[in-house]
Amino acid sequence: MIDNLPFLVVAVTILLGLYTILLKKDLIKIIMGISIVESGVNLFLIVLGYRWDSIAPIFTGAPSLAMVMPTVQALTLTSIVIGVATLALMLSMVMIIFRYYKTTDVSKVTKLQG
Amino acid sequence: MIESFTLTTGFGAWNALFWVIAFVIAFIIGWLIWLRGEKVYDTSKGSTAPFLSGIAEPDKKEVHIRAGNLYWGYNDALSGYYKFVKPFHTGNLSDYFLAYLLVTAIVLIVVVVLK
Amino acid sequence: MDIILDNLPGLLIAIPLLGAFLTPVLSRAGDNVRNVWVMVITTLSSLCGLLVASRVLEAGTIVYAFGVDTISNVIPLDSGGIPIRIIFTIDPINAFMLIIAAVVGFCITLYSISSMEKLSGKDGFFTLLFLLVASVYGMIATGDLFNFFVFLEISSLAGAALVAYRIDKGVATEAGFKYAALSTLGGMLFLVGVGLLYAQYNSLNMAVIADRMQLTGLDIMAFVLFFTALAMKCGAVPMHFWTPDSYTMAPSSVTAFLVVSSQASLYALFRVCFTLYGGQINPLTVGWVIIILGVLSMFIGVTMAIPQKDVKRLMAYHAVSQTGYMLLGVGVGLAALSSTCFSQGVGMMALKGGLFHIMNHALYKGLLFLTAGVIMYRCGTRNLNQLGGLGHNMKWTMIFFMIGALAIAGIPPFNGFASKLLIYESTFLFNPLIAVIAMVVSILTLASFVKVFHSMFMGPKLPEYQDVEEAPKPMLIAMGILAVLVILFGIFPQQVVDTLVTPAAFALVDYHGYISAVLGGA
Repeated sequence: MIDNLPFLVVAVTILLGLYTILLKKDLIKIIMGISIVESGVNLFLIVLGYRWDSIAPIFTGAPSLAMVMPTVQALTLTSIVIGVATLALMLSMVMIIFRYYKTTDVSKVTKLQG
Repeated sequence: MIESFTLTTGFGAWNALFWVIAFVIAFIIGWLIWLRGEKVYDTSKGSTAPFLSGIAEPDKKEVHIRAGNLYWGYNDALSGYYKFVKPFHTGNLSDYFLAYLLVTAIVLIVVVVLK
Repeated sequence: MDIILDNLPGLLIAIPLLGAFLTPVLSRAGDNVRNVWVMVITTLSSLCGLLVASRVLEAGTIVYAFGVDTISNVIPLDSGGIPIRIIFTIDPINAFMLIIAAVVGFCITLYSISSMEKLSGKDGFFTLLFLLVASVYGMIATGDLFNFFVFLEISSLAGAALVAYRIDKGVATEAGFKYAALSTLGGMLFLVGVGLLYAQYNSLNMAVIADRMQLTGLDIMAFVLFFTALAMKCGAVPMHFWTPDSYTMAPSSVTAFLVVSSQASLYALFRVCFTLYGGQINPLTVGWVIIILGVLSMFIGVTMAIPQKDVKRLMAYHAVSQTGYMLLGVGVGLAALSSTCFSQGVGMMALKGGLFHIMNHALYKGLLFLTAGVIMYRCGTRNLNQLGGLGHNMKWTMIFFMIGALAIAGIPPFNGFASKLLIYESTFLFNPLIAVIAMVVSILTLASFVKVFHSMFMGPKLPEYQDVEEAPKPMLIAMGILAVLVILFGIFPQQVVDTLVTPAAFALVDYHGYISAVLGGA
């Protein structure tokens, strides 16, 4: 049971993020929602990397236990970097949208439709 | 030689060459007709201007049929369909997300049920 | 020389990336230096793509691991048979996609040099353009799921930034923001899928995962996350809303390449269905899901296109509609190949038709978007109600537009007809009703392009466009290359199908071949 607790946290985080994305009207809050989903996914990757009763992948004189590959940590780092880039891009776009539309309400940022 | 132009679809075949030949023949016929036309044709004296029974030619802007006036009948006949489809294209980002997540859910259900 | 040839798959990414990050530096030296540099880079990277493709078509699948001294040593001896490095796997279908990206990439860069001439901010534009090119090459060439996610995100970021590049009173930014937000969420859910697979199979390599695939409940969930994220990125109908927005507001040359980047997602969708879950997932169910998405895309795309007033938005809806044809072809292929009711021929033909349509669509839709860009460049408006009589002054543009329009409507002898014929015939044997819908959609496509053609080029010379000029030479050359290819592919369809499409279709179906190419003789 206690093993699965982190996955529960991941699920709750991602669902919270999706809730924010779908039900909040403010563009900034939608970006926050995306960011929360991102954190959930990063946590998910990190949690995957943990194996009970295992050792670091150093072969010299290692006991014959399962080893933990550091792949997921590398993945998470990459994913965080990508996340920062998207976050910055989206926030700057919202700034420009606000400058011209004078609003960040998602239901009013609809000049392109039909 | 001719075979190299043929697309075999497994159940039929289609040869682009015949279309090209048809185009060339049509072009040659058109060219011949054009050749028989008047060679000395003075365009400077207004002989190319439209003549509408003596009524003055309307402004160029009036003559051109704009895109908004095209397919009026089509749009009118299908207005019921467009009244149904257009409201989905709200331009609202929340709806975009909703559509994406709904499709994910539906596909998940379909793929799991019909595994 | 051998070193360069051996490392071509790496250079595929390296050249555009180098070009991207050196462009701002070199443009300090002036516009001419930058233009030369941009042309050199795009020529090199397109050549590189074509060379890789030709080597693959001659000698079979290339497996390229980054960071090994000898290329053959893909799987380290002490790793227990798992490739631990990032691996590029390029088989005939990747080669097929690479050719598309190379050709269209070259044309749009040539075109942008001219179309961007009078505008500011060219450094950033070309940097982002090369990043987009690099990411599309990466998405096509990679054999690693996480690496694919990285390239997917780069393409979303570069694409969104390019869409929003001309702020255009905030409207372009709105389009870019929608694209960025939606594709980021798609990317995140894709990453969840990657995590689910990594947790079970301890690998990120597609071939290893395909080899070990058990189809547990988690695998199915990962499949759905991949499937919908990629279907959203290629603009299949219930998730197509971002497509018209961003295709409209992006600069035209970028739009032509966004089409290619959507098609790279489409390729990945097929890769997931055929290779990653090859023989495991129920082909009939997935095939029908793809067919339904395809039919919806075709029909709703084209009917939404007809009443549009904005020429690029109209073309963007047509892009959605044409994507439907590709989905239909490949979906029928997937469903028919697994079913015992149909001969193998039906499925293979549908698959070939769908794949051939990807290539044809990239060519003629690129051409159409570029002609729309010329109109925008010379007349300053995209509104069809304000245009008219341009055919008097822009003869070449008109001819190119006609070629593109006839090709997209599937009029022989242009290339659109060849691929649509393959799709119609096989779909008719599979399910006549769908074939009828496909043909009706083709007619509606023709109808809407007749409208565009009339309202842009026909009619008397309007006073406001009295002195409008023909497009500049580089733009005409870029459009000319695409137009010539459209005609050639229409007149010699069998040669293209034999040399490019058939190997691609067989490579897509043969997942054992893909796995053994990476893991070695399994």
